[in-house]
Amino acid sequence: MATPTRILRGWGGTSAPGEEILGENLEEIARDAVLTRGLGRSYGDSSLPPPGAHKVAGSTRADQILLFDEADGLLRGEAGVSLAKIQRVILPRGWSFPVLPGTQYVTLGGMVAADVHGKNHHVDGTIGRHVQSLRLLLADGRVVRCSREERADLFRATLGGMGLTGHILEAEVRLQPIPSPWIWAETQRVESLEDLILGLRTAASDWPFTVGWLDALATGRGLGRGILIRGRWAEKNEAPTNPPAEKHRMSVPFYCPGWLLNRVSMRAFNTLYFRRHPRRLKAGIRHPESFFHPLDAVSRWNRIYGRRGFTQHQCVLPETERPGATRRFLESLVSSRAGSFLCVIKDCGEVGEGLLSFPRPGISIAVDLQIKRTTQEIVNQLNRRVIAEGGRIYLTKDSLTRRDHFAAMEPRLEAFDAARRRWDPERRLQSAQSVRLLEQAR
Amino acid sequence: MKVVILGATRGMGRALARKMAARGDRLFLLGRDRNALDRSAQDLKALGGAEVGTSHCDLEQPDGFAAALAAAETALGGFDTVVVTAALFAPQDELERDHLLSRRLLDVNFTRTIEFCEEARRRLTGGGGGTLCVFSSVAGERGRKPVVLYGAAKAGLSHYLEGLDHKFRSMGLKTVCVKPGFVKTDMTAGLDRPPFSGEPEKIAPRVLRAIDRGRPVVYVPPPWRWIMLVIRNLPRAIMRKVGF
Ligand SMILES: Cc1cc2nc3c(=O)[nH]c(=O)nc-3n(C[C@H](O)[C@H](O)[C@H](O)COP(=O)(O)OP(=O)(O)OC[C@H]3O[C@@H](n4cnc5c(N)ncnc54)[C@H](O)[C@@H]3O)c2cc1C
Ligand SMILES: NC(=O)c1ccc[n+]([C@@H]2O[C@H](COP(=O)([O-])OP(=O)(O)OC[C@H]3O[C@@H](n4cnc5c(N)ncnc54)[C@H](OP(=O)(O)O)[C@@H]3O)[C@@H](O)[C@H]2O)c1
Repeated sequence: MATPTRILRGWGGTSAPGEEILGENLEEIARDAVLTRGLGRSYGDSSLPPPGAHKVAGSTRADQILLFDEADGLLRGEAGVSLAKIQRVILPRGWSFPVLPGTQYVTLGGMVAADVHGKNHHVDGTIGRHVQSLRLLLADGRVVRCSREERADLFRATLGGMGLTGHILEAEVRLQPIPSPWIWAETQRVESLEDLILGLRTAASDWPFTVGWLDALATGRGLGRGILIRGRWAEKNEAPTNPPAEKHRMSVPFYCPGWLLNRVSMRAFNTLYFRRHPRRLKAGIRHPESFFHPLDAVSRWNRIYGRRGFTQHQCVLPETERPGATRRFLESLVSSRAGSFLCVIKDCGEVGEGLLSFPRPGISIAVDLQIKRTTQEIVNQLNRRVIAEGGRIYLTKDSLTRRDHFAAMEPRLEAFDAARRRWDPERRLQSAQSVRLLEQAR
Repeated sequence: MKVVILGATRGMGRALARKMAARGDRLFLLGRDRNALDRSAQDLKALGGAEVGTSHCDLEQPDGFAAALAAAETALGGFDTVVVTAALFAPQDELERDHLLSRRLLDVNFTRTIEFCEEARRRLTGGGGGTLCVFSSVAGERGRKPVVLYGAAKAGLSHYLEGLDHKFRSMGLKTVCVKPGFVKTDMTAGLDRPPFSGEPEKIAPRVLRAIDRGRPVVYVPPPWRWIMLVIRNLPRAIMRKVGF
């Protein structure tokens, strides 16, 4: 009997024929794989095999913590260990992972490969800054370590390198000491985009965690109205004495029909989200999971977009050099009549070491777009705006950006390509995304 | 609990050991691969906080069983629970082609496993009782085409465990025979998945509850209990026709 064709998917539903090989020994299973993937939380085609290839190694069973040094705050783990597991182990013992993306269902390897950022980017940078060293399986079968001292060029290319420089087997990360595992958070309604941006800037000097949500369907004067969120680890004397309990999760049991989300229902949701927040400041102790990973409360929420799925467009715009860039981007979003839930907005700090690392100083905006006939054109239009403003997009969210648009945003491609030529001259490591955006015609 | 576990480096054994570590049980790991043992011990230590000792023990080398269990006794200051998940699997047609492999499989899954259990039984009853939890299989419930040899070894193992339970329960030795249906681990990697296949992480709490309560037989995932009830009662003529 022929083996049935299997399908692999990104979080947004982008699919490709392929098979995920799982196993406790990642070094073994990655040997003849074109790519390694983790928990598949990248939205688009980053974790999918290129056309023609089939086998992708799945790291999720290579999920051991190999070292947790409680005195020094150092953690070494296999690539497949999830952020959820790491936090469950270290939070009650006075440490936190230094960078926390919007979901905790990501792997250590996936976080390094995308060089992820969190609400503290303006002070702590991306995860790359905290990675001490990596253990990699190279395309030629060698297993090597790399760090700032050892094979530094490989190290830099791997941070944010989307799995294209080698299979990450292990990573060692410096942790952050915390006074308690709880969060002190303040949230506030803001009536315009300018207030939101100003609010982020002002909060940046006093608060380690900041982010904004904005209503991408409001128009005119309401354009950019939203909610500003800031937080910090709670001090011992403010926090409850018990450790945060594990959260109960709901689940979306099946794909919702595609029409469920439309302009009317989304507008209603956004307005409700905005209006529900009182005009005055809300402040208090929050569970770390509901503060850092609010969407994790509903598992498989991606199914509300229906079978056709969705994509996320996330870009960063140099708001300081080009004041108004964010407003112009949002106007172009509104005029495209894309229709989107709340979008997330965050001020970014310094550029990281990763050759293709996403954040740069400026404002990052992320919008979810349901896949429809017009979505490709909407993404093109948004990308033209991004190019005009001198910004760039985030690979780990992307599935629709055009190759010429990406090249126009990324003067760094040449350097990244050189690193790949050095460490994988035969181009054994590829993804559906790398074929779509990076591979040179040969 | 103070637990010795053979097979914690992968699959269901790994998941079970993690549950135990997280709730504060003391663990000692036995296995054939020193490097894999060390890594697993580190992970369990991170989860539970306590040191986790290891010792080499290969089911194919029965001369090492006594020393391995003695090392566990020393490290833990005596133990009250022994878990065996280690076993070999190969598809029936491969075993038919390769008689050395089938000899090895029968040997490891039946004779050696029982020898190991005997050593553990002596130590547990000597120490005043405890729990011996061994992973057999639903494959041992009925002679079936895809698992003629593997199933025969597991049938023998299940029989042995039932006998132990009858003979020694009154002396304080509880025997727990775990009968997994289909669980997604390395062992079943290339196989087509039937309905009701399970994940090691979901199964572990159920096995742990069975150990805590000393239940003699537990099916995981739970629906397999009913599936096997049906299969055990299917007439021979039908079993001969079907492919499973
Ligand atoms: C709800 C939600 C919120 C999010 N919020 C944020 C956020 O705030 N900030 C942010 O930066 N990101 C965010 N993300 C994106 C997410 O952090 C990244 O996509 C991350 O890479 C996903 O990790 P993963 O383990 O699921 O990797 P996958 O999606 O499986 O893979 C992602 C990429 O990493 C590569 N990769 C994975 N493992 C390895 C390995 N062992 N070796 C080599 N390459 C590997 C893959 O090849 C692929 O290119 C969010 C995603 C979701 C779904
Ligand atoms: N998976 C299923 O669907 C299924 C169904 C029915 C029954 N079972 C039974 O359930 C038990 C666990 O299965 P699993 O799926 O968790 O298996 P697994 O993932 O393959 O793990 C097997 C474990 O046994 C160890 N092991 C194998 N041979 C050994 C030997 N000679 N000496 C010492 N240790 C050895 C392995 O150690 P290494 O790391 O050194 O390899 C590993 O830790 C087995 O008894 C199996 O027969 C499984």
